[in-house]
Amino acid sequence: MSDSPGAVETQKPELLHHFSSAEQQRDASTFGMWLFLATEIMFFGGMFCAYLIYRYWYYNEFAAGSRSINIWLGTINTAVLICSSLTVALGVRAAQMGKRKLLVTLLLITMVFGVAFLGIKGVEWYQKFEEHHIPGNSFNVDDIIHDYPQIHIDPQHEQIFFSLYFAMTGLHALHMVIGLGIFTFLTYKAWKGVYSPSYYTPVEVGGLYWHFVDIVWIYLFPLLYLIDRKPLR
Amino acid sequence: MSEHIKSEHVMSSKMYYGIWAALMCLTVVTAAVSFVDLGPLNTIVALVIATFKALLVVLFFMHVKYTSEKMTKAVIVSAIFWLFILLALSLADYTTRLLS
Repeated sequence: MSDSPGAVETQKPELLHHFSSAEQQRDASTFGMWLFLATEIMFFGGMFCAYLIYRYWYYNEFAAGSRSINIWLGTINTAVLICSSLTVALGVRAAQMGKRKLLVTLLLITMVFGVAFLGIKGVEWYQKFEEHHIPGNSFNVDDIIHDYPQIHIDPQHEQIFFSLYFAMTGLHALHMVIGLGIFTFLTYKAWKGVYSPSYYTPVEVGGLYWHFVDIVWIYLFPLLYLIDRKPLR
Repeated sequence: MSEHIKSEHVMSSKMYYGIWAALMCLTVVTAAVSFVDLGPLNTIVALVIATFKALLVVLFFMHVKYTSEKMTKAVIVSAIFWLFILLALSLADYTTRLLS
């Protein structure tokens, strides 16, 4: 503690030469991640914009399509992602306090939640596949039209809803897969003992990515699953 | 100036469990409320709950409330503002067109 700042910093191999302190390096990395997340908001934003326009035009088809998606699987998946965000937050905390084994354990639990999310998503997509609700040549929504005779449903417009459903949940699932890759890397490095209370930036930055993907799902859940669940008159 | 590396604010684990509990409750609430007929309010309630959940994640799980880097907040606000421009100007066009 009585060393001069320069002497302290030279002992830190993770400090790159173009940063004057570890704190500056950490702030720069975190800030860079936030800039990336800003571009991600615009990336997903294009899809949310398409969703908004078509939902405004073809509300009946969107409402009926939304009813046909399994709300239980959607709710459970939301809970699974929230649990994974908790384990990420606790993992970053473990890294801040230098608890290596706890950090590795929490990162592994996070990945279990991530895989569970993708598994449940797969079950959901498989149901849609069996119901012929996947856009394409064998797309058929006669069952939905039959279930809601009081609503006028155009199959072409219904196809647009399901195209957006698969594109949005698919892009989100792709982000989950990338997140699992990042967390595999973090777990390996954490196991090696790379992270310490003075250097845990990759865990923090990887955590920011995971939380962002969680937030995207927090919006996708009501926009895709809960459009119109109220009793039909 | 013999300061060692200034470490980030370490939040208590109780705080994290509290945020998690709030997020889980709001998930159940938003799913349950969707079955109640509130007219056009259904969508608004769902989006308000989602935004509140997102806010909890950003402020606490993503440490924005305690960050030492002030530019982070500026990036978040501008990103949301750009998204607002995209959505608002697109809707200003599409909601005022006549479908032939």
